[in-house]
Amino acid sequence: MKEKLVEISNLSVSYDQKTVLEGAELIVNEHDFLGVIGPNGGGKTTLIKAMLGLVKPDLGSIKFHVPLSKVGYLPQINQVDRRFPITVLDVVRSGRTGGHLLNPFRKDKSETLYAEELLEKMGIAAIRDKAIGELSGGQMQRVFLCRSLMNKPKLLILDEPDTFVDNQFESELYEKLKELNERMAIVLVSHDVGTISYYVKTIACVNRQVHYHPSNIISTEQLASYNCPLQIITHGDIPHTVLSMHENHDHHGHHH
Amino acid sequence: MGTIIELFSYDFFIHAFWASLFAAISCGIVGTYIVSRRIVFVSGGITHASFGGIGIGYFLGWNPLLGAAIFAILSGLGIQLFTEKAKVREDSSIAIWWSLGMAIGIIFVYLTPGYAPNLMSYLFGSVLTVSVTELWLMGALSVILILFFVLFYRLILYVAFDEEFARTTGLPVSVINYLLISLIAITIVLNIRVVGIILILSLLTLPQATANLFTKDFKRMLPLSVLFAFIGSFVGLLFSFFVDIPSGASIIFTLVLLFGLVKLAVSTKQKLASRA
Repeated sequence: MKEKLVEISNLSVSYDQKTVLEGAELIVNEHDFLGVIGPNGGGKTTLIKAMLGLVKPDLGSIKFHVPLSKVGYLPQINQVDRRFPITVLDVVRSGRTGGHLLNPFRKDKSETLYAEELLEKMGIAAIRDKAIGELSGGQMQRVFLCRSLMNKPKLLILDEPDTFVDNQFESELYEKLKELNERMAIVLVSHDVGTISYYVKTIACVNRQVHYHPSNIISTEQLASYNCPLQIITHGDIPHTVLSMHENHDHHGHHH
Repeated sequence: MGTIIELFSYDFFIHAFWASLFAAISCGIVGTYIVSRRIVFVSGGITHASFGGIGIGYFLGWNPLLGAAIFAILSGLGIQLFTEKAKVREDSSIAIWWSLGMAIGIIFVYLTPGYAPNLMSYLFGSVLTVSVTELWLMGALSVILILFFVLFYRLILYVAFDEEFARTTGLPVSVINYLLISLIAITIVLNIRVVGIILILSLLTLPQATANLFTKDFKRMLPLSVLFAFIGSFVGLLFSFFVDIPSGASIIFTLVLLFGLVKLAVSTKQKLASRA
């Protein structure tokens, strides 16, 4: 029996009387690699912001079975001001859960060492003292990934980590996530259905409602039946979505 | 040089010296936060709204700076509250407070019987007339700001950089925001006498822009901004004294000149380096 990490039930969220999510149900278990897809404005980001307690739901409950400090978060890159005067190392260190900052006499040594270790593993140790404004899109996403790993999370929530990055970095990123998935559950929001379904294990389609799809294989017809009309686009070498890449996966008889 | 040392034998000049030093410390620190966070316009709103308090201060016969302080803090918190809770767009909310404060100020100055003394010094600054009490207040504010920014440096930095992410790591984001907006308001009010309502924005942005030419690290920008603010205000003070022009305008002019010269030097150096 898999251990449940998060249980969302009957969640409704609205902004200025406009309903964005309605009666959403979702469970995230340990070892999950859940791809969250759906049209723009369909509520993907709202769903994870509600999970993180950043937007107040009108209705419903979100139950965490892990402490929030064990949840890593990578927000959309356009949420931050790229010209803010802050160094890479400081950005990564800011990922650490913050109660200790109220103590001005704390020791920072081990925190700095861990941040440097993360940068090292991500292959970007050389840019630790650079200002974030000097980085490329790919470097920036790597820095934010390091930040989200500062607390050694059990659940990692990523909101479109594939924006502003080139194709080569994109596949590196997904390989990295696959590796991280051995140690933690991952919830990945993306608009790139074709690519992510190659890496994720299960899919949630979000368009006002949330439809859980217990497989990484999904067809255009199924997307339509989930009220989630998305184009499945393939990119070069990456296999077509409807093809099974995981041999031992249950296909639910949904062949194209 | 001898004449400058002689100047220090005059009380009024020593006062002006301390005023420009404390202005440099407080505006240098607070301005770095304002510029990094891109809330220069918020600060403009607070500054101008404080004129309402000055008008009421005149009308009631209080120290106008007390009224200004109340108006500045209320407008600072008001802008924050309007934007967060009432969902008024931030720039509109700023403009409302900005013009409302000015309007109240003009009405009460008009209603005050007789002539409003020193009104010009609040609008355009007059560093030579800063009182000893005001100097003590400015000194205390400088010490408080230094302590606050040193002790809670990371807290301030993280909240300023990415407020929403800071919430997910459990930082007291709203408390920090309200505390800082209050400190901004107090800094503005206590420096009104140095450069004036109309000109104070420059002391909060020009030294920081100059510092930003050398570093893109918040930690280094703080002391560098203080340094440039001090150079600008002290040299400006001397300039105003010798040429006999208003000190506020002279300080701003020196700050702009300093920025221009440093910018020119930095870009020339870069051009030479890329050619070599």
